[in-house]
Amino acid sequence: MSWTGKILRVDLTEGTCAPEPLNMEWAEKYLGQRGLATKYLAEEINPKCDPLGPENKLIMTTGPLTGTCASTGGRYSVVTKGPLTGAIACSNSGGFFGAEMKFAGWDMIIFEGRSEIPVYLSVIDGNAELHDAGDLWGTSVWHTDEAIKARHQDPMMHVATIGVSGENGVLFAAIVNDQHRAAGRSGVGAVMGSKNLKAVAVRGTGSVNVHDVPAFFETTNAAKAVLAENAVTGEGLPAFGTQVLMNVINESGAMPTRNSRDVQFEGAGDISAEAMAEPRKTDGKPNLLANAACFGCTIACGRISKIDENHFTVQNRPEYHHASGGLEYEAAWALGCATGVNDLEALTFANFVCNEQGLDPISLGATIAAAMELYEEGILNDEITGGLQMNFGDAEALVKATELVGKAEGFGADLGQGSARLCEKYGRPELSMTVKGQEFPAYDPRGIQGMGLGYATSNRGACHLRGYTVSSEILGVPEKTDPLVTDGKAGLLMAFQDATAAVDSTGLCIFTTFAWTLNDIAPQINADLESEWTVDRLQKTGTRIWNLERNFNLAAGLTGADDRLPERLVKEAAKTGPAKGLVSGIDKMLPEYYELRGWTADGVPTIETISGLDL
Amino acid sequence: MQKALIIDPGKCTGCKQCELACSFEKEGSFNISKSRIRVFDFHHDARYVPYTCTQCDEAWCEQACPVNAITTDANGVKNVHENLCVGCKVCTIACPFGTVNYNAATGKVIKCDLCGGDPACAKACPTSAIVFSDAEQSGFEKMEKWASKTDPGTQTAH
Repeated sequence: MSWTGKILRVDLTEGTCAPEPLNMEWAEKYLGQRGLATKYLAEEINPKCDPLGPENKLIMTTGPLTGTCASTGGRYSVVTKGPLTGAIACSNSGGFFGAEMKFAGWDMIIFEGRSEIPVYLSVIDGNAELHDAGDLWGTSVWHTDEAIKARHQDPMMHVATIGVSGENGVLFAAIVNDQHRAAGRSGVGAVMGSKNLKAVAVRGTGSVNVHDVPAFFETTNAAKAVLAENAVTGEGLPAFGTQVLMNVINESGAMPTRNSRDVQFEGAGDISAEAMAEPRKTDGKPNLLANAACFGCTIACGRISKIDENHFTVQNRPEYHHASGGLEYEAAWALGCATGVNDLEALTFANFVCNEQGLDPISLGATIAAAMELYEEGILNDEITGGLQMNFGDAEALVKATELVGKAEGFGADLGQGSARLCEKYGRPELSMTVKGQEFPAYDPRGIQGMGLGYATSNRGACHLRGYTVSSEILGVPEKTDPLVTDGKAGLLMAFQDATAAVDSTGLCIFTTFAWTLNDIAPQINADLESEWTVDRLQKTGTRIWNLERNFNLAAGLTGADDRLPERLVKEAAKTGPAKGLVSGIDKMLPEYYELRGWTADGVPTIETISGLDL
Repeated sequence: MQKALIIDPGKCTGCKQCELACSFEKEGSFNISKSRIRVFDFHHDARYVPYTCTQCDEAWCEQACPVNAITTDANGVKNVHENLCVGCKVCTIACPFGTVNYNAATGKVIKCDLCGGDPACAKACPTSAIVFSDAEQSGFEKMEKWASKTDPGTQTAH
């Protein structure tokens, strides 16, 4: 089986690294990655602890399929208590770091305590060592990645690191691996920074084995064929990346625009997948250079872009003249539609800064959007913004604000606390498009009703990756439902949430589920591991994980009252498009959702529900 | 017909399925550090390049080996005979392309042997960046692509 059976426990306070066996009893119940690490976290920390204090822990975790040839089998997650939300944080990343952890012989790394001085961890097969990172502190993701490889004389290392934003406590700081893949959401990078942990560098020369070899190749090959033949994973994503959604969602009237004042963005075409691929008028070259795969991925949706060297953002700044991870749909939306900016090169630059300094572009763009509304309302002025004229649609304001947030300087420090704290500070909390303190992503709940319930009930704050009902409501996968109605959405969302919790625990990428169902995934895990994994068992595991996370959040002090959408979405109707005249029907869906979950009317899992799940 | 691995970096996405397949074929487990084919990620140029032994006709590795542990088979493949290899690494120095490498775990050198005529990397590649086909026609696809771009002119009556 593909588990190494080993966990690395790093006590940053004491400066020690020690191996311990993986708790296989928990692995049987929580599978791996998201589920298993959440179990560890829930057992090991006080849910009420300060997320940025030494008592919080940070777990880097792989799934059973990480490091195998299963398509997309390279994912890893960072699990911790999130500083943006005060809830469970679980951020998933691709690239090559997760598989390298496995090859080095580790299923999981648990960081605890807080180092006195900045350090980085090197893991070279069985040897784990903490090193002084004083010279890396204050430097970017890109510099740190290259400096560590140079120091160890090993270009084949894979590095996960924070940039300056994580060091400075930006509450939506990311942990970036392989220079442009990120455990992006909920501020996991700020937790890493609070521990004085700059980076983790891994190099593995060992093996990953599977339980039933013939069955493993048979099932993974069959599943790869399903991905190749599917219109989304076989054609749409390789050709356009997630940006395939830009025009689709805009036409659906579900594009949160200018801090959700509008639901359609007139500039969507300028920042779409098609625009990225077209030769620019300025220099005749396209923004998009290549589509790139993460470890083992046969889809390859990653966008690699290069900015026009004469664009105002990078003029005479050669450090930005190379290619890097370009705009994914969520980033293009947040940096573009949410702020009303339609300058593709400016958005790409802001995205590069997110890679360089380790920022979540969703929270960043949404927070800048909130600041723009506060500015246009006259609440923020030039004195507060340090002269930044934060008008919707202003590309210069977007990129300057982004650079300030990255370095947590001036007004950027205010923005780095996220939209909820920003709007609260300036007396207009209702202008923050957040749930549980986390900015919501690129789907307006007035135009895609299921997503409203999804944001409200997501265990890590507003998020599209906890139950992507867009699949059904817009794309018709696995079957089409009407995005404008609330009927049936509670059950639909619950099915998505539980299946996603299971998939996030496997080591696979959630994007496979545009084509795969659990019927495609269960046989791969079953061939990989010794015990029997069926679709039914995966579903139950997903439900168990969802309730485990919910219980963690309740113990942390959150309540059903936090399952609430911003006022705007339930009071101000969509102005245009198919959803014109509609608000979110969250009030109709939430009680039904609680009931289907087996939770009380206050959103607390009942004793019967908990005992049935064997938490 | 002699067949060869025809590699087109323009199609490579850098997923490393070839490395996974190669290492499983040769080592019996997923261990990409032992893969005989490597994908190089030139991130700043957005280029991904698979690279392995091209099975030179007059191979430096074979010429350099002091114990004749590398021989050429009927299909032109350079094979390392592990029972003869003494791990001196002279072949790794002789190879101009770096595609023969030492394996400390066994004390022998490892290199691509085209899996005995059915290379696992080519079968695993999801984008056909690596294909196994006629060594004499390796340029066919590129020629066809460029031919299709030439000005067709006007066909005149003969």
